[in-house]
Amino acid sequence: MLSIESITGSIQDFLFANLPGFFAVLVQFALVGIFVISLFAVLGLVLVFMERKVSAYMQIRVGPNRVGFKGTAQTLADTLKLVLKEGLTPIGADKFLFNLAPFVVMIGAMLLMAPIPFARNVQIWDVNIGVLYISAISSIAVIGILMAGWASNNKYSLLGAMRSGAQIVSYELSAGLSIIAIVILSGSLQLSEIIASQENGWWIFKGHVPALIAFVIFIIAVTAETNRAPFDMAEAESELTAGFHTEYSGMRFALFFLAEYVNIFIACAIGATLFLGGWLPFHIGSWTAFNHIMDYIPSSIWFMGKTFFLIFIIMWFRWTFPRLRIDQLLNLEWKYLLPISLINVLIMTIIAILGWHF
Amino acid sequence: MIEEVGTSTDGDLIINIGPQHPSTHGVLHLVVTLNGETVKKVEPHLGYIHRSIEKMCESLSYRQFIYVTSRMDYLSSHINNLGCAHAVEKGLQVEIPERAQVIRVLMSELTRLASHQLWWGAMAMDIGAITPFFHAFREREMINDIMEETCGARLTMNYMVPGGVMYDLHPDFQKKVKEFVQFFRSKFDEYDELLTGNVIFQARTKNVGIISKEDAISYGCTGPVARAAGVSCDVRKLFPYDVYGKLQFDEVLMEAGDSFARYQVRMGEMRQSLSIIDQLIDNIPEGEFQAKTKAVLKLPKGEYYSIVETARGELGVYIISEGGMTPYRIKFRSPGFSNLSALDHMARGSKIGDLVAIMGTLDLVIPDIDR
Repeated sequence: MLSIESITGSIQDFLFANLPGFFAVLVQFALVGIFVISLFAVLGLVLVFMERKVSAYMQIRVGPNRVGFKGTAQTLADTLKLVLKEGLTPIGADKFLFNLAPFVVMIGAMLLMAPIPFARNVQIWDVNIGVLYISAISSIAVIGILMAGWASNNKYSLLGAMRSGAQIVSYELSAGLSIIAIVILSGSLQLSEIIASQENGWWIFKGHVPALIAFVIFIIAVTAETNRAPFDMAEAESELTAGFHTEYSGMRFALFFLAEYVNIFIACAIGATLFLGGWLPFHIGSWTAFNHIMDYIPSSIWFMGKTFFLIFIIMWFRWTFPRLRIDQLLNLEWKYLLPISLINVLIMTIIAILGWHF
Repeated sequence: MIEEVGTSTDGDLIINIGPQHPSTHGVLHLVVTLNGETVKKVEPHLGYIHRSIEKMCESLSYRQFIYVTSRMDYLSSHINNLGCAHAVEKGLQVEIPERAQVIRVLMSELTRLASHQLWWGAMAMDIGAITPFFHAFREREMINDIMEETCGARLTMNYMVPGGVMYDLHPDFQKKVKEFVQFFRSKFDEYDELLTGNVIFQARTKNVGIISKEDAISYGCTGPVARAAGVSCDVRKLFPYDVYGKLQFDEVLMEAGDSFARYQVRMGEMRQSLSIIDQLIDNIPEGEFQAKTKAVLKLPKGEYYSIVETARGELGVYIISEGGMTPYRIKFRSPGFSNLSALDHMARGSKIGDLVAIMGTLDLVIPDIDR
């Protein structure tokens, strides 16, 4: 069976056979870079289209259906329009920071692509502190948002950025603690080992109720961290027009837009990896016939399926919930989610020490 | 008039919400003084869509001026027209046929439903939920279709004339309205599931934008805004016009005076409107749909005042006649203006998000405020 693993393997063999070691590595870097950038673009296109279709069906509409086959080229057309559009810089804006901000947000999202296992043995960088790396890098986006809000010389932007800062910094705690719950169970920070520890069952099933609680908190926290409704304080369309990116137009706006969707993808991919077994197929105990059929589905499909399922849930939130108020949002984190996840981590530790999990 | 905005002596942040802003539903301009996220003062600036309707009416005949008022509160244009027709009829001393009265009430209630549906969707959007807007429009579209068949227009219907209504009902009218009522009843649970019962929605609206009974009276609030504070002010109940006196319906009253109470009052009013339509739809009497009036109307010298309950509150029409073909002076008492004046009182001390939510529950239509 042709898998991504065999393709990458043969590329590597080919490079090392024909080029001196140094250049082979260089070409590999370039290939990986191209892969990440193209994945970035494709994900943006797919997710924007998906969001528009999902929202349309929830709102008794059809959604984009004219450009391309069943409207699939709609996002492409929109991107083209954004590329051709003039990128305005408002008078009084801090030009350097204003232009830098979208790239900071986007680079943050790109760096997060590195440790994600897309399929069996397909991982750009299997770093041994994978989970820590993710928690650390995901905070970079907030700097970009604050930069954008501050440099725009617009009060709406500033308010949006301040809200976003408070929000991301607080929700990172819950997201981190719910990840730690899984780290405690699997005993490793390395994503590939976390997946390997789920070979005989996903953590959401094996970890009893605490794993389930951690999963729910994780989903809530990443929805908040990616600035998605009902936690879209930073944009808050009806309050702050467009929040931190009010003054952005053209391709710079598109970068923010793209980064938002890629961040959702990454957050959901991490959720799928930690809680739903990443690229591992779904197995039921010792029912070998069923397990065998499941094994035939390629691991990349398993990974994408789980990730897109979580993405759908996050989109579902956006199109059914009203927005929280900023003080309610922070109350939710500091008064409810944080204490719950702290206690949850404690219970999880006890379970892990006593070996009560499966 | 507009001073240098953006700076303040106390170091507060002053932002302009509007005249172009997603949640002002038109060209309202609010100068909001903020302390961080907290609203310290709200100052509405009006006049961006002033069309001088009152002055225009003075140069139009008594038949013509009614239709200019469709453009005031465009979401309850039928009821605006009805208020004007009432004032003219008071001067003419004509008896309105029973059939015309019933048609007028039916149309008023359909208009009220359409207006409240739009409000429901728009307010949900102010609070950040976008989907209800589309659900509300699905039902509103059915009313618009009924209006289009009957009056020939969907928004500014121009159906009322002094003495009755302009045309008789469309033959399919009863069938269509019954279909609509049945469909809308079945969707009410969906409305509650989608928004009313939502925890976030309740947290956003309960104990927010409170106005007491006394304050509501002194600000001159009417309609759902006042009724949510416990002020009984439904013109249909207190000064019944047309056939409202013979109908069974309740005035929806709440005590809390917060955003959620205003929400509940409007939801309750939609149910009451459905019940009014139920009572009338099978009992439309036969007969004339218009009283015989002269081709050129002249009101005797004097002053005429009539009030009607629009979807937003009490609309007063005040005509001074010198006995000529056109009114000497016309003054409208629009509900939106008084309700807007209470915004500062309601929003002080709340967050920006709440300001927008309160504005949503006030159900402002800016052309009604500016005229």
